[in-house]
Amino acid sequence: MSTTRRSSVLAILAILVFLIGVAFINSNSLGNFGITLLSGLFQGMLLFLVASGLSIVFGLMDVLNLAQGSYFMIGAYVAYDAQHSGGLLDLTSVLPDPNLRFVVAVALAVLVGSALGYALERGLLRPLYARPIFQLVLTFGISLVALELVKFIWTTTPYSWTELFGVRESFFELFGQRFSTYRLFVVGIGLVLIVTIALLLRRSRIGIVIRAGVEDREMVQALGINVRAVFTLVFTLGCAVAALGGAIAAPFLGASTTLGNVFLLQAIAVVVLGGMGSYEGTAVGSVLVGLAIAVAQDTAIGTAFAALPSITPMLLLVLVLLVRPSGLFGGSR
Amino acid sequence: MSAILEVRDIHTFIGGFHILEGVNVTVPLGSITVLLGRNGAGKTTTLRSIMGLTPPAQGSILFDGHPLKGKTPYAIAQMGIGYVPEHRAIFKELTVKENLQIAERKRGDLARKADFIFDLFPDLNRLIDLPGGNLSGGQQQMLAVARALVPDNRLLLIDEPSEGLAPVIIQHLMSTIARLAETTSVLLVEQNFRVASRLAQQYVIIDEGHSAVSGQMSDLIRDEALVQRYLGVA
Repeated sequence: MSTTRRSSVLAILAILVFLIGVAFINSNSLGNFGITLLSGLFQGMLLFLVASGLSIVFGLMDVLNLAQGSYFMIGAYVAYDAQHSGGLLDLTSVLPDPNLRFVVAVALAVLVGSALGYALERGLLRPLYARPIFQLVLTFGISLVALELVKFIWTTTPYSWTELFGVRESFFELFGQRFSTYRLFVVGIGLVLIVTIALLLRRSRIGIVIRAGVEDREMVQALGINVRAVFTLVFTLGCAVAALGGAIAAPFLGASTTLGNVFLLQAIAVVVLGGMGSYEGTAVGSVLVGLAIAVAQDTAIGTAFAALPSITPMLLLVLVLLVRPSGLFGGSR
Repeated sequence: MSAILEVRDIHTFIGGFHILEGVNVTVPLGSITVLLGRNGAGKTTTLRSIMGLTPPAQGSILFDGHPLKGKTPYAIAQMGIGYVPEHRAIFKELTVKENLQIAERKRGDLARKADFIFDLFPDLNRLIDLPGGNLSGGQQQMLAVARALVPDNRLLLIDEPSEGLAPVIIQHLMSTIARLAETTSVLLVEQNFRVASRLAQQYVIIDEGHSAVSGQMSDLIRDEALVQRYLGVA
């Protein structure tokens, strides 16, 4: 193991020990301790779904997609709308079974996320690859337009998820505490996606092309590979995964116009903390930031530090950057 | 002998600078042609212009009679041109095997060419699972050439293969390039005149962005005044 990697692993272990230690001290029972950890993993997995696309797109294309949070928000709204009656996509009469309807709602959210991601990359972003500042302005502008469109279609009133289905309404007991099965379900989906994307990057041809493109796009082209087509595919997949995140978060967090910005800021903290463009850094960073937010939420209860959970990702980011300026797994970018 | 590549009067600009001001190069089929010239003369830019990486603003480039102008770099590569750039451009995070796999244009290219490639570069077989970044300079150069051999390329553009390498490695690499020329045409950029003169049949001297002189290498070797004037060696 190289010295740099060893210091990264040590830094990760130190942060984990600290967070788990604080969680343990804060909780007055093993049950509460378990709830804090599960909540942290749940938030970490949702963050990963936003941050993974952001990180891979940045690594490959040098594009910081400030609209990534909007795809998360749109995913939440589409899934909510499809699951509940009285919306644009009222599926209650066509699919009366709420479990099946949820599967279709998530699929629809992913489909809408993919289509919008494809449209943004092909229609607007492609002509701006040589102009990084323009890309930032464009994706920021798109996030504002997306927000206004969501307000126009679904109004500014936040929606709470009321249409329960199997896994959402079930609980399990551990150490005398009730745990939501749905949180565990989201953690499971997140872990499956972490492994699937890692396998895709490590074992498939497209993964080799993406990793090579992160290092040297020009050489990839000179080998006869259409890098632009790879850009489109990666960008579309990144948006689809963010929309999936929004869709599976909605049964717990509901659908609101603040979702996009909150998750975008936290995801940017994850990507920088993990090391810009590093997939493993993003996966590890998501778990660390998720746990840190959960521990901060627990710590803030009953104190005057209500804002602690919101500023925790940035505090953790500053701490990590002070020790490792290029992030936990960052190179020389 | 018919030409596999004809570069006619190309002009290339980079960031507003007129780098190539009329370059002409002809590569006969099944031979090695070397681009000679001092540092900054425009040799690398000529190769990059052929690959479409810095597309020429004027002039024409014909590969096997087909125009390359306006085509993207990946489309040019797919026509059967392999490119070994200056400084190798090995993917450091990818293993040697992945560096070769990424060059496949058809499924099974690497499996089909493996014996040929590992016969030329036996070391690569031994290092197959190591990351490209862990290889020495000579091994990286061999990997860069091997990568260009994975698909069925009909022309190889090789930029400064001897740069920074030990003499014994240069010798091995040059004998390998000579073997390659039995099946593929080669356009080589080489600073080391001694190496180039042993390897190439044709030469083109690039001077201050334009092709100054070209001809048979055997004639250039005899013309010491010309060599001294353009290359500064005797």
